[in-house]
Amino acid sequence: MGNQSPTRLHVVTGKGGTGKTTAAAALALHLASGGQRVLLIEVEGRQGIAQLFDVPQLPYEERKVALARGGGDVYALAIDPEDALYEYLDLYYRLGRAGKALRKVGVVEFATTVAPGVRDVLLTGKAYEATRRRHGQQYVYDAVVVDAPPTGRIGRFLNVNAEVAGLAKMGPIRRQADSIMGLLRSPRTAVHLVTLLEEMPVQETADAVDELRRLDIPVGAIVVNQTRHPALSHEQLQDAQQGRLDGGEVAAGLKAAGLSGHSGLLDALLREARAHAERVELETAQRALVQALDQPVVELPWLVDGVDLAGLYELSDRLGQAETEVPW
Amino acid sequence: MTDPTLDVDALLHDPGTTIIVCCGAGGVGKTTTAASLGVRAAQRGRRACVLTIDPARRLAQSLGLEELDNTPRPIDSVGRDGGALFAMMLDMKRTFDEIVQQHGDPARAAQILENPLYQSLSSSFAGTQEYMAMEKLGQLHREAIETGEWDLVIVDTPPSRSALDFLDAPDRLGSFLDGRFVRILLAPAKAGGKAYMKVFGGAFTLVTSSLNKVLGAQLLNDLQTLVAGLDSVFGGFRERAERTYALLQDPGTAFLVVAAPEPDALREASFFVERLQQDAMPLAGLVLNRVHTTEAADVSGARAEGAAEELDELDEHALTSALLRLHADTMRVRDRERHVLTRFTGAHPDVAVVSAPALPGDVHDVHGLEQMGAALAGSVAVLD
Ligand SMILES: Nc1ncnc2c1ncn2[C@@H]1O[C@H](COP(=O)(O)OP(=O)(O)OP(=O)(O)O)[C@@H](O)[C@H]1O
Ligand SMILES: Nc1ncnc2c1ncn2[C@@H]1O[C@H](COP(=O)(O)OP(=O)(O)OP(=O)(O)O)[C@@H](O)[C@H]1O
Ligand SMILES: [Mg+2]
Ligand SMILES: [Mg+2]
Repeated sequence: MGNQSPTRLHVVTGKGGTGKTTAAAALALHLASGGQRVLLIEVEGRQGIAQLFDVPQLPYEERKVALARGGGDVYALAIDPEDALYEYLDLYYRLGRAGKALRKVGVVEFATTVAPGVRDVLLTGKAYEATRRRHGQQYVYDAVVVDAPPTGRIGRFLNVNAEVAGLAKMGPIRRQADSIMGLLRSPRTAVHLVTLLEEMPVQETADAVDELRRLDIPVGAIVVNQTRHPALSHEQLQDAQQGRLDGGEVAAGLKAAGLSGHSGLLDALLREARAHAERVELETAQRALVQALDQPVVELPWLVDGVDLAGLYELSDRLGQAETEVPW
Repeated sequence: MTDPTLDVDALLHDPGTTIIVCCGAGGVGKTTTAASLGVRAAQRGRRACVLTIDPARRLAQSLGLEELDNTPRPIDSVGRDGGALFAMMLDMKRTFDEIVQQHGDPARAAQILENPLYQSLSSSFAGTQEYMAMEKLGQLHREAIETGEWDLVIVDTPPSRSALDFLDAPDRLGSFLDGRFVRILLAPAKAGGKAYMKVFGGAFTLVTSSLNKVLGAQLLNDLQTLVAGLDSVFGGFRERAERTYALLQDPGTAFLVVAAPEPDALREASFFVERLQQDAMPLAGLVLNRVHTTEAADVSGARAEGAAEELDELDEHALTSALLRLHADTMRVRDRERHVLTRFTGAHPDVAVVSAPALPGDVHDVHGLEQMGAALAGSVAVLD
C-alpha cells in the first residue's frame, strides 16, 4: 500500500461501546497491510486489544500482535500510567530514584488515578514519543493508532497539553507540552470518530467534531459502525411501518415453506418487520445528520456473529476499500 | 432454567424504599432506567425525585431539564394518586462551588473560586463527578426527611469506565485530599515544617525537591495555595465520602445493576454484584436492558433461514423469504444474548433479573419512559 497520506498519528474515539477498540484495531491492520509497521496503543487499561487479537494480556511493552495482509506488522502497547510516569521522570528529569519516595507519599497515585489531567499528559506524551521515534533516518513506526478515551473526554484528553502550557509559563513541562500540541494540531494527526446510527452516539459525534474544530485538532473520518442492509425494499418498509404488508401473501409463503403449522408466526413476522422498518427510518435520519458533518464517512457492516479475528480482517478490508474517500 | 424475577412494582410501592441507585457500565441505559422508574413511581403514588447525570439531550428537553440550576424541578402532569415527579440534572462544577461557598467564610471561598488551578483541577479530578453525585444524593435524601417534598430519591450514576468507580472514586478522592501528599503540600503553609520532616523523613525533601524540579516554582506555589484553601474550607473530605457510603448500606437503599446483554457489560455487572455483596450493600437485582425479543421463538434461526432458502429456490414469495431472514437474524442475536445471560445467572443464581426489550427507537419522552417502565414492571423471565 503506497501510503500518500501525511497522517502518522490516528486517534480513534466515539461514544462508549460504539466500537472504538474494534475500529482502531481494524485500522491498524489496514495501515500495516503491504509491509508497513504500525503501533496500536491502548490507554484505558482495559486490555481490549489483547482480547480482540486473542493474545495474552499486554505488558507495558511493544509486542507484535498480528500480521497484516501482504506482510505488515501490527504491534500493540497497553500504556500503564504508573510505568509511563517513572519512564517520564527518568527520561526528562533523571529522577529515577525519586519514584519510590513519590509513590510512598501518594504522588504517584495522585498522578495516575486521581488527576486525569496528569494521566492524560503521560498518555499523550507516550503516543507523541512513539510517533516520532526514529531509528537512524527512518521512523520506527509508519503509523501509530490510538484507541482513545470516549467522545465525552476526547477534547480534554487531546487538549490537556494546551491546558498545561497555560498553567506552566516556562520550563521543561512547558516545552514538552508545546511540542505535543504541535503534533496534535498538525496534518500528521487525524481524529476519527466511531458512531452507530443512533441518536446519542451521533449527537456526541457532532459535539466532538465541533469541539475538535474549535481546538484546532484535525478531524479525520466518521466511521459508521454496525450498519445493516435493510432486509426489505423501500416500498415494503413503508408498508411494514403502516401495517399494510400483505398478510395473505406472507401466509401463502409460510405455507409453501411448510411453516403454516406455527400459529402466531405470521403476526410475529409482521411485527418484527414493523420494528425493523421503524429502526431503518431512524437510521436514515441519523445517517443524514452524519453526512451533514461534512467529513469523509466510511461504513462498517454489522457482523452477525460478533467480531472475531476473521471479522477484524474483514473490517480492515472495508477500511481499505474506502481509501478513495478517506485517504487514511 | 428460571431466574428469580425482580418485582419492580413491589420495590417502588414499598414505602421503606427511599433510595434507588441505578449503576452499570457506560451506555447501558442507567439514565433511561432511572427516569422510567421515576415516572412509574410517580404514577403510583410515590413522590419521586430523579437525579440524572448527563441525560441524552432530547430526554433532557422533554423533561424540561435544560435550565441547569442544580435543584430538582417538578414535572407536572406525571404524578397520579398523590404521587409527583421531580427531576434534576447534576451540575458537577456548581455542586463543588456550592460546597466551597457553604463551608467557608465568603472571602476565603471567593479566593478559592478564583484560583486558576481550581478551575482546571477541581472539575477534572477523576471521581469528582462521582463524589458530587454522592454529595447531591446525600443532600436530596436529607431534604426528603426535612421537607417531605419527596420520599424516594432515584439516582443515576455517571458514565464511567467501570461501574465500580461510583463506589470507589469518592473515597479515592477523599483519601487523596486527606492524605500525605496534600499534607506535604501544606507543610510550608503551616508552621511545623520540621515536624513533617520527622514524619516523612528523607522522603519529604526528596518529594518537595522533585516536585519543584518537575512542576517549577510557580506551578507548585499555585498548587499549594489552592490545597491550603480547600483544606481550610472543607476538611474531612474522606469523612464526607464515608458518610454517604454508609447511607448506601442502609436497608432503605436498593441498587439496580443495569447491563446490556453483552459479554463485557455482564462481566462488569458481575464484578459489581460481587462488590455489593462484599460491602453489604442492598442489591435489588439486575436490569437487563435492550434485550431482543420475538413472539415466534419456537421457529429457530436455522429453521427460518432454511425456509427462506427454499422459497428463494422456488423463486417465489420474496416477501415471506425476506421476513424469515429478518426473523433468523433476530433469533441469532436473541440466542447469543441468552447464552451470555445464562453465564451470569449461573454465577449468580440468587440475583433477581428483570429485562427491558430493545425498543426500535430511542427513549426520549415521558411516553417512552412509561413504556420502558411498564416493560420493567411486567417483564417475564428472560430464560424459561
Ligand atoms: N461491526 C461490528 N459488528 C458486530 N459487533 C461489533 C461490531 N463492532 C463492534 N462490535 C461489538 O460491539 C462491542 C463493543 O465494541 P468495542 O469494544 O470495539 O467498543 P468500544 O467503543 O471500544 O467500547 P468501550 O467504550 O467499552 O471501550 C463488542 O462486543 C464488539 O465485538
Ligand atoms: N430499552 C431501550 N430500547 C431502546 N433504546 C434504549 C433503551 N434503553 C436505552 N436506550 C437508548 O440508549 C441510549 C443510552 O441510554 P442511557 O443514556 O440511558 O445510557 P446510560 O447508561 O445512562 O449511558 P452513560 O453511561 O453514557 O450515562 C439512549 O439514547 C436511550 O434512549
Ligand atoms: Mg474500547
Ligand atoms: Mg447516563
